Amino acid sequence: MRREPARGLVQHLPVIFPGLMLTIFFIVPFGTMVAVSFFRRQQGGFYVPDFVLANYARFLTPFFGNVLVFSLYLAIAVAVVSLVIAVPFTYLIARSRRQTQVIWLVALLSILSLSEVIIGFAWSTLLSRTAGITNLLVWLGLMGAPQALVPSFEAVLTGMVYQAMPYAVLVLYPSMVRLDPTLTEAARTLGASPLKAFFTVVLPALRTTLIATLIMAFIFALGSYLLPQILGRPSHWTLSVLITDQALYQSNMPFAAAMAVFLVLVSLALVALTMFAGKKLEA
Amino acid sequence: MERFLSRLYLALVGIFLAAPIVVVTGVSFNEKQNLAFPPQGFSLHWFAQIFSDPEWLRALIASVLLAVTSAALAVVIALPLAWFLWRRIAPWAQVFQLLGVAPFTLPPVITALGFLTFWATSGFYGQPWTAVIAHAIFFVTLPLVTLTLGFSSIDRSLTEAAATMGADDRTVFRTVVLPLILPYVVSGYAFAFVLSLNEYIVAYMTIGFVRETLPIKVFNALRYGYTPTMAAVSVLFVAVTAAVFGLIARFGDLPRLMGAMSTKD
Repeated sequence: MRREPARGLVQHLPVIFPGLMLTIFFIVPFGTMVAVSFFRRQQGGFYVPDFVLANYARFLTPFFGNVLVFSLYLAIAVAVVSLVIAVPFTYLIARSRRQTQVIWLVALLSILSLSEVIIGFAWSTLLSRTAGITNLLVWLGLMGAPQALVPSFEAVLTGMVYQAMPYAVLVLYPSMVRLDPTLTEAARTLGASPLKAFFTVVLPALRTTLIATLIMAFIFALGSYLLPQILGRPSHWTLSVLITDQALYQSNMPFAAAMAVFLVLVSLALVALTMFAGKKLEA
Repeated sequence: MERFLSRLYLALVGIFLAAPIVVVTGVSFNEKQNLAFPPQGFSLHWFAQIFSDPEWLRALIASVLLAVTSAALAVVIALPLAWFLWRRIAPWAQVFQLLGVAPFTLPPVITALGFLTFWATSGFYGQPWTAVIAHAIFFVTLPLVTLTLGFSSIDRSLTEAAATMGADDRTVFRTVVLPLILPYVVSGYAFAFVLSLNEYIVAYMTIGFVRETLPIKVFNALRYGYTPTMAAVSVLFVAVTAAVFGLIARFGDLPRLMGAMSTKD
Protein backbone atom coordinates (compact mmCIF):
# COMPACT_ATOMS: atom_id res chain seq x y z
CA MET A 1 0.00 0.00 0.00
CA ARG A 2 1.72 3.13 -1.16
CA ARG A 3 1.61 6.37 0.78
CA GLU A 4 -1.06 8.69 -0.49
CA PRO A 5 -2.14 12.18 0.47
CA ALA A 6 -5.17 12.17 2.76
CA ARG A 7 -8.40 13.24 1.11
CA GLY A 8 -11.66 14.24 2.74
CA LEU A 9 -12.67 14.23 6.38
CA VAL A 10 -12.68 10.46 6.82
CA GLN A 11 -9.05 10.03 5.83
CA HIS A 12 -8.06 12.82 8.18
CA LEU A 13 -9.94 11.31 11.13
CA PRO A 14 -6.97 9.46 12.69
CA VAL A 15 -4.93 12.64 13.09
CA ILE A 16 -7.74 14.66 14.66
CA PHE A 17 -7.69 13.17 18.16
CA PRO A 18 -3.87 13.24 18.62
CA GLY A 19 -3.77 16.71 17.06
CA LEU A 20 -6.42 18.05 19.41
CA MET A 21 -4.85 16.46 22.48
CA LEU A 22 -1.41 17.86 21.72
CA THR A 23 -2.80 21.28 20.86
CA ILE A 24 -5.07 21.60 23.89
CA PHE A 25 -2.75 20.02 26.41
CA PHE A 26 0.66 21.10 25.17
CA ILE A 27 0.36 24.25 23.06
CA VAL A 28 -2.31 25.88 25.24
CA PRO A 29 -0.57 25.19 28.61
CA PHE A 30 2.68 26.37 27.10
CA GLY A 31 0.98 29.50 25.78
CA THR A 32 -0.67 30.07 29.16
CA MET A 33 2.74 29.89 30.81
CA VAL A 34 4.22 32.40 28.35
CA ALA A 35 1.25 34.71 28.92
CA VAL A 36 1.54 34.47 32.70
CA SER A 37 5.21 35.44 32.45
CA PHE A 38 4.02 38.92 31.37
CA PHE A 39 1.30 39.19 34.00
CA ARG A 40 1.52 41.44 37.00
CA ARG A 41 1.80 39.89 40.41
CA GLN A 42 -0.48 41.10 43.18
CA GLN A 43 -0.08 40.90 46.91
CA GLY A 44 -1.32 37.60 48.30
CA GLY A 45 -0.02 35.41 45.53
CA PHE A 46 -2.51 36.26 42.82
CA TYR A 47 -1.72 37.69 39.44
CA VAL A 48 -3.70 39.80 37.00
CA PRO A 49 -3.54 39.90 33.20
CA ASP A 50 -1.23 42.68 32.09
CA PHE A 51 1.82 43.22 29.97
CA VAL A 52 4.77 44.01 32.18
CA LEU A 53 8.43 43.13 31.80
CA ALA A 54 9.08 43.31 35.54
CA ASN A 55 9.34 39.51 35.82
CA TYR A 56 12.05 39.45 33.20
CA ALA A 57 13.76 42.46 34.74
CA ARG A 58 14.37 40.36 37.84
CA PHE A 59 16.87 38.35 35.80
CA LEU A 60 19.26 41.23 36.33
CA THR A 61 19.38 40.73 40.11
CA PRO A 62 22.51 39.11 41.61
CA PHE A 63 20.31 36.44 43.23
CA PHE A 64 19.05 35.17 39.88
CA GLY A 65 22.48 35.62 38.31
CA ASN A 66 24.09 33.39 40.93
CA VAL A 67 21.53 30.63 40.46
CA LEU A 68 21.83 30.82 36.69
CA VAL A 69 25.64 30.69 36.70
CA PHE A 70 25.63 27.81 39.16
CA SER A 71 23.00 25.88 37.11
CA LEU A 72 24.99 26.26 33.90
CA TYR A 73 28.25 25.37 35.63
CA LEU A 74 26.73 22.27 37.24
CA ALA A 75 25.08 21.14 33.99
CA ILE A 76 28.34 21.55 32.07
CA ALA A 77 30.28 19.62 34.72
CA VAL A 78 27.69 16.82 34.72
CA ALA A 79 27.63 16.64 30.90
CA VAL A 80 31.42 16.52 30.58
CA VAL A 81 31.95 13.91 33.32
CA SER A 82 29.10 11.77 31.97
CA LEU A 83 30.50 11.89 28.45
CA VAL A 84 34.03 11.01 29.59
CA ILE A 85 32.71 7.93 31.41
CA ALA A 86 30.12 7.03 28.77
CA VAL A 87 32.25 7.12 25.60
CA PRO A 88 34.68 4.26 26.39
CA PHE A 89 31.89 2.41 28.18
CA THR A 90 29.51 2.54 25.20
CA TYR A 91 32.36 1.63 22.83
CA LEU A 92 33.09 -1.49 24.90
CA ILE A 93 29.50 -2.67 25.25
CA ALA A 94 28.75 -1.96 21.58
CA ARG A 95 31.49 -4.43 20.66
CA SER A 96 30.43 -7.10 23.14
CA ARG A 97 28.11 -10.03 22.47
CA ARG A 98 24.45 -9.29 21.88
CA GLN A 99 23.40 -11.02 25.09
CA THR A 100 25.82 -8.88 27.11
CA GLN A 101 24.55 -5.75 25.34
CA VAL A 102 20.95 -6.57 26.30
CA ILE A 103 21.87 -6.99 29.98
CA TRP A 104 23.67 -3.63 30.05
CA LEU A 105 20.81 -1.94 28.20
CA VAL A 106 18.26 -3.25 30.72
CA ALA A 107 20.43 -2.00 33.60
CA LEU A 108 20.96 1.43 32.00
CA LEU A 109 17.29 1.87 31.10
CA SER A 110 16.27 0.89 34.62
CA ILE A 111 18.58 3.44 36.21
CA LEU A 112 17.55 6.11 33.72
CA SER A 113 13.86 5.53 34.47
CA LEU A 114 14.35 5.42 38.20
CA SER A 115 12.73 8.26 40.08
CA GLU A 116 15.02 11.13 41.01
CA VAL A 117 13.62 10.77 44.53
CA ILE A 118 14.92 7.22 44.73
CA ILE A 119 18.32 8.02 43.23
CA GLY A 120 18.63 10.90 45.67
CA PHE A 121 17.63 8.75 48.61
CA ALA A 122 20.00 5.95 47.55
CA TRP A 123 23.00 8.23 47.14
CA SER A 124 22.36 10.11 50.35
CA THR A 125 22.27 6.73 52.12
CA LEU A 126 25.45 5.61 50.39
CA LEU A 127 27.17 8.85 51.39
CA SER A 128 25.73 8.98 54.90
CA ARG A 129 27.63 8.46 58.12
CA THR A 130 25.64 5.49 59.37
CA ALA A 131 25.26 3.33 56.27
CA GLY A 132 27.72 4.95 53.94
CA ILE A 133 30.83 4.19 52.01
CA THR A 134 33.08 5.72 54.67
CA ASN A 135 32.26 2.76 56.91
CA LEU A 136 33.94 0.58 54.32
CA LEU A 137 37.02 2.80 54.35
CA VAL A 138 37.12 2.66 58.15
CA TRP A 139 36.85 -1.12 58.02
CA LEU A 140 39.75 -1.21 55.55
CA GLY A 141 41.74 0.97 57.92
CA LEU A 142 41.96 3.90 55.51
CA MET A 143 39.93 6.24 57.67
CA GLY A 144 39.61 6.94 61.39
CA ALA A 145 35.87 7.42 61.78
CA PRO A 146 32.88 7.27 59.45
CA GLN A 147 31.90 10.61 57.98
CA ALA A 148 28.87 12.11 56.28
CA LEU A 149 29.65 13.17 52.71
CA VAL A 150 26.28 14.84 52.15
CA PRO A 151 25.24 17.57 51.67
CA SER A 152 27.99 18.74 49.36
CA PHE A 153 28.66 19.84 45.81
CA GLU A 154 30.49 16.57 45.11
CA ALA A 155 27.44 14.62 46.23
CA VAL A 156 25.17 16.60 43.87
CA LEU A 157 27.63 16.08 41.02
CA THR A 158 27.91 12.33 41.69
CA GLY A 159 24.16 11.86 41.89
CA MET A 160 23.56 13.79 38.69
CA VAL A 161 26.31 11.95 36.80
CA TYR A 162 24.71 8.72 37.99
CA GLN A 163 21.51 9.86 36.33
CA ALA A 164 22.96 11.47 33.19
CA MET A 165 25.59 8.84 32.36
CA PRO A 166 23.05 6.15 31.29
CA TYR A 167 21.31 8.84 29.22
CA ALA A 168 24.59 9.70 27.47
CA VAL A 169 25.26 6.00 26.83
CA LEU A 170 21.85 5.51 25.22
CA VAL A 171 22.33 8.56 22.99
CA LEU A 172 25.78 7.30 21.94
CA TYR A 173 24.78 3.66 21.56
CA PRO A 174 23.19 3.71 18.04
CA SER A 175 26.22 5.38 16.42
CA MET A 176 28.70 3.23 18.31
CA VAL A 177 26.93 0.01 17.30
CA ARG A 178 26.69 1.03 13.67
CA LEU A 179 30.30 2.18 13.53
CA ASP A 180 32.07 0.21 10.82
CA PRO A 181 34.41 -2.25 12.61
CA THR A 182 36.74 -2.33 9.60
CA LEU A 183 37.79 1.24 10.48
CA THR A 184 39.54 0.14 13.66
CA GLU A 185 40.74 -3.06 12.04
CA ALA A 186 42.45 -1.05 9.35
CA ALA A 187 44.10 1.16 11.95
CA ARG A 188 45.25 -1.92 13.89
CA THR A 189 46.65 -3.56 10.76
CA LEU A 190 48.64 -0.43 10.07
CA GLY A 191 50.19 -0.79 13.50
CA ALA A 192 48.11 1.46 15.79
CA SER A 193 47.63 0.31 19.36
CA PRO A 194 43.98 -0.24 20.44
CA LEU A 195 44.10 2.97 22.43
CA LYS A 196 45.59 4.92 19.54
CA ALA A 197 42.98 3.49 17.16
CA PHE A 198 40.26 4.56 19.59
CA PHE A 199 41.54 8.13 19.85
CA THR A 200 42.58 8.69 16.24
CA VAL A 201 39.90 6.71 14.37
CA VAL A 202 36.83 6.06 16.51
CA LEU A 203 36.47 9.42 18.24
CA PRO A 204 37.00 11.60 15.12
CA ALA A 205 34.52 9.44 13.20
CA LEU A 206 31.92 10.11 15.90
CA ARG A 207 32.56 13.79 16.56
CA THR A 208 29.06 14.88 15.54
CA THR A 209 27.51 12.30 17.86
CA LEU A 210 29.84 13.31 20.67
CA ILE A 211 28.85 16.97 20.42
CA ALA A 212 25.16 16.05 20.21
CA THR A 213 25.47 13.80 23.26
CA LEU A 214 27.25 16.49 25.23
CA ILE A 215 24.48 18.99 24.52
CA MET A 216 21.70 16.47 25.20
CA ALA A 217 23.32 15.54 28.52
CA PHE A 218 23.64 19.24 29.31
CA ILE A 219 19.90 19.86 28.73
CA PHE A 220 19.11 16.72 30.71
CA ALA A 221 21.21 17.99 33.62
CA LEU A 222 19.59 21.44 33.45
CA GLY A 223 16.28 19.72 34.22
CA SER A 224 17.50 18.06 37.39
CA TYR A 225 15.28 19.18 40.19
CA LEU A 226 15.33 16.87 43.20
CA LEU A 227 18.97 15.84 43.45
CA PRO A 228 20.28 19.34 44.23
CA GLN A 229 17.70 19.51 47.02
CA ILE A 230 18.36 16.07 48.48
CA LEU A 231 22.15 15.94 48.10
CA GLY A 232 23.08 19.62 48.27
CA ARG A 233 22.69 22.78 50.29
CA PRO A 234 20.45 25.68 49.30
CA SER A 235 23.50 27.23 47.60
CA HIS A 236 23.42 24.25 45.20
CA TRP A 237 19.90 24.93 44.04
CA THR A 238 19.42 25.04 40.29
CA LEU A 239 17.12 27.03 38.06
CA SER A 240 14.59 24.15 38.05
CA VAL A 241 14.43 24.22 41.85
CA LEU A 242 14.09 28.00 41.88
CA ILE A 243 11.23 27.86 39.36
CA THR A 244 9.28 25.37 41.47
CA ASP A 245 10.05 27.26 44.65
CA GLN A 246 8.77 30.54 43.18
CA ALA A 247 5.66 28.90 41.71
CA LEU A 248 4.56 26.86 44.71
CA TYR A 249 6.05 28.33 47.87
CA GLN A 250 6.65 32.01 47.08
CA SER A 251 3.38 32.15 45.09
CA ASN A 252 5.07 34.17 42.38
CA MET A 253 3.79 32.47 39.24
CA PRO A 254 4.71 35.28 36.83
CA PHE A 255 8.37 35.21 37.88
CA ALA A 256 8.42 31.38 37.77
CA ALA A 257 6.89 31.47 34.30
CA ALA A 258 9.41 34.03 33.09
CA MET A 259 12.27 31.81 34.28
CA ALA A 260 10.68 28.78 32.61
CA VAL A 261 10.41 30.69 29.32
CA PHE A 262 14.07 31.58 29.66
CA LEU A 263 14.95 27.91 30.29
CA VAL A 264 13.01 26.90 27.15
CA LEU A 265 14.89 29.45 25.06
CA VAL A 266 18.26 28.24 26.35
CA SER A 267 17.30 24.60 25.66
CA LEU A 268 15.94 25.33 22.19
CA ALA A 269 19.01 27.36 21.28
CA LEU A 270 21.17 24.42 22.29
CA VAL A 271 19.07 21.93 20.30
CA ALA A 272 19.37 24.22 17.27
CA LEU A 273 23.13 24.41 17.86
CA THR A 274 23.31 20.59 17.91
CA MET A 275 21.54 20.36 14.56
CA PHE A 276 23.66 23.14 13.11
CA ALA A 277 26.90 21.52 14.34
CA GLY A 278 25.73 18.21 12.89
CA LYS A 279 25.08 19.72 9.48
CA LYS A 280 28.31 21.65 9.42
CA LEU A 281 30.48 18.70 10.41
CA GLU A 282 28.82 16.43 7.89
CA ALA A 283 29.25 18.93 5.11
CA MET B 1 46.06 -7.04 28.68
CA GLU B 2 43.63 -5.20 26.43
CA ARG B 3 40.86 -7.60 27.43
CA PHE B 4 41.70 -7.22 31.11
CA LEU B 5 41.65 -3.43 30.95
CA SER B 6 38.30 -3.28 29.18
CA ARG B 7 36.81 -5.77 31.65
CA LEU B 8 38.18 -3.71 34.53
CA TYR B 9 36.64 -0.55 33.11
CA LEU B 10 33.24 -2.19 32.62
CA ALA B 11 33.44 -3.62 36.15
CA LEU B 12 34.21 -0.20 37.66
CA VAL B 13 31.28 1.44 35.88
CA GLY B 14 29.14 -1.52 36.94
CA ILE B 15 30.11 -0.98 40.58
CA PHE B 16 29.33 2.73 40.30
CA LEU B 17 25.91 1.91 38.88
CA ALA B 18 25.15 -0.86 41.37
CA ALA B 19 26.53 0.64 44.59
CA PRO B 20 23.59 2.84 45.65
CA ILE B 21 21.12 0.07 44.83
CA VAL B 22 23.12 -2.49 46.82
CA VAL B 23 23.25 -0.23 49.87
CA VAL B 24 19.55 0.62 49.70
CA THR B 25 18.66 -3.05 49.32
CA GLY B 26 20.79 -3.90 52.34
CA VAL B 27 19.24 -1.14 54.41
CA SER B 28 15.71 -2.29 53.53
CA PHE B 29 16.32 -5.61 55.29
CA ASN B 30 17.34 -4.05 58.62
CA GLU B 31 15.56 -5.46 61.62
CA LYS B 32 15.41 -2.25 63.64
CA GLN B 33 14.23 1.10 62.40
CA ASN B 34 17.63 2.47 61.47
CA LEU B 35 19.63 2.68 58.32
CA ALA B 36 22.60 0.45 58.98
CA PHE B 37 24.78 -1.13 56.35
CA PRO B 38 25.63 -3.96 56.38
CA PRO B 39 22.10 -4.62 57.70
CA GLN B 40 21.66 -5.67 61.33
CA GLY B 41 19.41 -8.69 61.46
CA PHE B 42 17.04 -9.63 58.68
CA SER B 43 13.44 -8.61 58.32
CA LEU B 44 10.87 -8.24 55.56
CA HIS B 45 8.82 -6.03 57.85
CA TRP B 46 9.50 -2.84 55.87
CA PHE B 47 8.27 -4.42 52.66
CA ALA B 48 5.13 -5.60 54.41
CA GLN B 49 4.58 -2.07 55.68
CA ILE B 50 4.16 -0.69 52.15
CA PHE B 51 1.09 -2.90 51.77
CA SER B 52 -0.23 -2.72 55.34
CA ASP B 53 0.24 0.94 56.21
CA PRO B 54 -2.81 2.73 54.75
CA GLU B 55 -0.81 5.83 53.74
CA TRP B 56 1.87 3.94 51.82
CA LEU B 57 -0.75 1.68 50.28
CA ARG B 58 -2.82 4.67 49.14
CA ALA B 59 0.25 6.22 47.52
CA LEU B 60 1.09 2.91 45.85
CA ILE B 61 -2.42 2.56 44.43
CA ALA B 62 -2.44 6.20 43.26
CA SER B 63 0.88 5.66 41.47
CA VAL B 64 -0.16 2.44 39.77
CA LEU B 65 -3.54 3.88 38.68
CA LEU B 66 -1.84 6.97 37.27
CA ALA B 67 0.75 4.91 35.39
CA VAL B 68 -1.75 2.40 33.98
CA THR B 69 -4.18 5.06 32.70
CA SER B 70 -1.71 7.69 31.51
CA ALA B 71 0.36 5.13 29.57
CA ALA B 72 -2.84 3.87 27.91
CA LEU B 73 -3.83 7.41 26.95
CA ALA B 74 -0.31 8.06 25.61
CA VAL B 75 -0.61 5.01 23.33
CA VAL B 76 -4.09 6.06 22.21
CA ILE B 77 -2.68 9.44 21.19
CA ALA B 78 0.47 8.04 19.58
CA LEU B 79 -0.96 5.12 17.60
CA PRO B 80 -3.27 6.97 15.18
CA LEU B 81 -0.68 9.71 14.73
CA ALA B 82 2.15 7.29 13.94
CA TRP B 83 -0.13 5.32 11.61
CA PHE B 84 -1.23 8.46 9.79
CA LEU B 85 2.35 9.65 9.32
CA TRP B 86 3.28 6.26 7.89
CA ARG B 87 0.21 5.82 5.69
CA ARG B 88 -0.25 9.33 4.30
CA ILE B 89 1.89 11.91 2.62
CA ALA B 90 1.25 14.86 4.91
CA PRO B 91 4.25 17.03 5.67
CA TRP B 92 2.12 19.38 7.81
CA ALA B 93 1.37 16.49 10.19
CA GLN B 94 5.08 16.35 11.08
CA VAL B 95 4.30 19.33 13.31
CA PHE B 96 2.38 17.00 15.62
CA GLN B 97 5.28 14.59 15.74
CA LEU B 98 7.52 17.47 16.78
CA LEU B 99 4.94 18.45 19.43
CA GLY B 100 4.89 14.87 20.65
CA VAL B 101 8.65 14.83 21.17
CA ALA B 102 9.00 18.35 22.59
CA PRO B 103 7.82 17.84 26.21
CA PHE B 104 10.22 14.96 26.68
CA THR B 105 13.22 16.85 25.29
CA LEU B 106 12.73 20.03 27.32
CA PRO B 107 13.55 20.17 31.04
CA PRO B 108 10.56 18.56 32.85
CA VAL B 109 9.97 21.59 35.05
CA ILE B 110 8.70 23.44 31.96
CA THR B 111 5.95 20.91 31.21
CA ALA B 112 5.15 20.82 34.91
CA LEU B 113 4.79 24.59 35.19
CA GLY B 114 2.82 24.74 31.93
CA PHE B 115 0.28 22.30 33.33
CA LEU B 116 0.19 24.06 36.70
CA THR B 117 -0.73 27.40 35.10
CA PHE B 118 -3.13 25.67 32.69
CA TRP B 119 -5.08 23.71 35.33
CA ALA B 120 -5.09 26.67 37.70
CA THR B 121 -6.43 28.98 34.99
CA SER B 122 -9.07 26.51 33.78
CA GLY B 123 -10.18 25.76 37.33
CA PHE B 124 -9.51 22.02 37.30
CA TYR B 125 -6.44 22.17 39.53
CA GLY B 126 -6.20 19.17 41.86
CA GLN B 127 -8.56 16.83 39.99
CA PRO B 128 -6.97 13.37 39.79
CA TRP B 129 -7.52 13.07 36.03
CA THR B 130 -5.47 16.20 35.35
CA ALA B 131 -2.35 14.23 36.25
CA VAL B 132 -3.38 11.44 33.87
CA ILE B 133 -3.55 13.87 30.95
CA ALA B 134 -0.34 15.61 32.03
CA HIS B 135 1.59 12.33 32.17
CA ALA B 136 0.09 11.11 28.89
CA ILE B 137 1.26 14.26 27.09
CA PHE B 138 4.62 14.27 28.88
CA PHE B 139 5.36 10.63 27.96
CA VAL B 140 3.60 10.42 24.56
CA THR B 141 7.10 10.63 23.06
CA LEU B 142 7.89 7.05 24.06
CA PRO B 143 5.05 5.20 22.28
CA LEU B 144 5.39 7.69 19.41
CA VAL B 145 9.06 6.81 18.93
CA THR B 146 8.63 3.03 19.29
CA LEU B 147 5.57 3.05 16.99
CA THR B 148 7.26 5.19 14.34
CA LEU B 149 10.12 2.70 14.41
CA GLY B 150 7.63 -0.17 14.26
CA PHE B 151 5.76 1.22 11.25
CA SER B 152 9.00 1.92 9.41
CA SER B 153 9.95 -1.74 9.82
CA ILE B 154 6.78 -2.96 8.05
CA ASP B 155 7.41 -4.20 4.54
CA ARG B 156 5.03 -2.15 2.40
CA SER B 157 4.68 -4.95 -0.13
CA LEU B 158 2.74 -6.90 2.52
CA THR B 159 0.07 -4.24 2.83
CA GLU B 160 0.11 -3.72 -0.91
CA ALA B 161 -0.52 -7.43 -1.48
CA ALA B 162 -3.44 -7.31 0.95
CA ALA B 163 -4.87 -4.28 -0.83
CA THR B 164 -4.50 -5.96 -4.23
CA MET B 165 -6.48 -8.91 -2.90
CA GLY B 166 -9.29 -6.50 -2.16
CA ALA B 167 -8.81 -5.65 1.51
CA ASP B 168 -9.85 -2.14 2.46
CA ASP B 169 -7.83 0.13 4.73
CA ARG B 170 -9.53 -1.11 7.88
CA THR B 171 -9.08 -4.79 7.04
CA VAL B 172 -5.42 -4.24 6.16
CA PHE B 173 -4.87 -2.48 9.47
CA ARG B 174 -6.62 -5.19 11.48
CA THR B 175 -5.15 -8.25 9.77
CA VAL B 176 -1.69 -7.13 8.62
CA VAL B 177 -0.52 -3.93 10.28
CA LEU B 178 -1.79 -4.47 13.83
CA PRO B 179 -0.19 -7.90 14.38
CA LEU B 180 3.14 -6.54 13.10
CA ILE B 181 2.96 -3.39 15.21
CA LEU B 182 1.72 -4.99 18.42
CA PRO B 183 5.17 -5.59 19.98
CA TYR B 184 5.91 -1.88 19.50
CA VAL B 185 2.58 -0.92 21.07
CA VAL B 186 3.43 -3.06 24.08
CA SER B 187 6.95 -1.71 24.48
CA GLY B 188 5.74 1.87 24.02
CA TYR B 189 3.14 1.29 26.71
CA ALA B 190 5.71 -0.32 29.00
CA PHE B 191 8.17 2.59 28.64
CA ALA B 192 5.44 5.13 29.38
CA PHE B 193 4.16 3.05 32.31
CA VAL B 194 7.54 2.77 34.00
CA LEU B 195 8.40 6.43 33.54
CA SER B 196 5.01 7.56 34.81
CA LEU B 197 5.40 5.33 37.86
CA ASN B 198 8.71 7.03 38.68
CA GLU B 199 7.82 10.58 37.70
CA TYR B 200 7.86 13.25 40.38
CA ILE B 201 7.73 16.87 39.30
CA VAL B 202 4.83 16.88 36.81
CA ALA B 203 2.71 14.82 39.21
CA TYR B 204 3.71 17.08 42.10
CA MET B 205 2.83 20.30 40.28
CA THR B 206 -0.54 18.99 39.08
CA ILE B 207 -1.93 17.02 42.04
CA GLY B 208 0.83 17.18 44.67
CA PHE B 209 -1.12 19.26 47.16
CA VAL B 210 -4.19 17.05 46.98
CA ARG B 211 -2.87 13.51 46.86
CA GLU B 212 0.40 11.64 46.97
CA THR B 213 1.92 9.27 44.43
CA LEU B 214 4.70 7.03 45.69
CA PRO B 215 7.60 9.28 44.58
CA ILE B 216 5.84 12.30 46.13
CA LYS B 217 5.26 10.36 49.35
CA VAL B 218 8.92 9.30 49.52
CA PHE B 219 10.11 12.88 48.99
CA ASN B 220 7.69 14.27 51.58
CA ALA B 221 8.78 11.58 54.03
CA LEU B 222 12.49 12.39 53.46
CA ARG B 223 11.99 15.68 55.31
CA TYR B 224 11.06 13.84 58.49
CA GLY B 225 14.02 11.51 58.40
CA TYR B 226 15.03 8.37 56.63
CA THR B 227 13.28 5.09 57.33
CA PRO B 228 13.85 1.55 56.05
CA THR B 229 10.35 1.71 54.51
CA MET B 230 11.67 4.20 51.96
CA ALA B 231 14.47 1.81 51.18
CA ALA B 232 11.91 -0.96 50.71
CA VAL B 233 9.88 1.28 48.37
CA SER B 234 13.06 2.03 46.41
CA VAL B 235 13.87 -1.66 46.09
CA LEU B 236 10.31 -2.29 44.89
CA PHE B 237 10.69 0.44 42.25
CA VAL B 238 14.05 -0.88 41.07
CA ALA B 239 12.61 -4.40 40.85
CA VAL B 240 9.49 -3.36 38.91
CA THR B 241 11.48 -1.10 36.57
CA ALA B 242 14.13 -3.74 35.84
CA ALA B 243 11.44 -6.42 35.41
CA VAL B 244 9.56 -4.35 32.82
CA PHE B 245 12.70 -3.66 30.79
CA GLY B 246 13.73 -7.29 31.20
CA LEU B 247 10.38 -8.33 29.71
CA ILE B 248 10.76 -5.88 26.82
CA ALA B 249 14.19 -7.37 26.17
CA ARG B 250 12.84 -10.91 26.46
CA PHE B 251 9.93 -10.48 24.06
CA GLY B 252 11.17 -7.62 21.92
CA ASP B 253 14.39 -6.61 20.26
CA LEU B 254 15.90 -4.17 22.74
CA PRO B 255 19.07 -3.28 20.79
CA ARG B 256 16.87 -2.51 17.80
CA LEU B 257 14.49 -0.41 19.89
CA MET B 258 17.50 1.50 21.17
CA GLY B 259 18.53 2.21 17.60
CA ALA B 260 21.16 -0.46 17.00
CA MET B 261 19.98 -0.76 13.41
CA SER B 262 19.03 2.12 11.22
CA THR B 263 15.31 2.45 10.64
CA LYS B 264 15.79 1.68 6.96
CA ASP B 265 17.07 -1.87 7.54
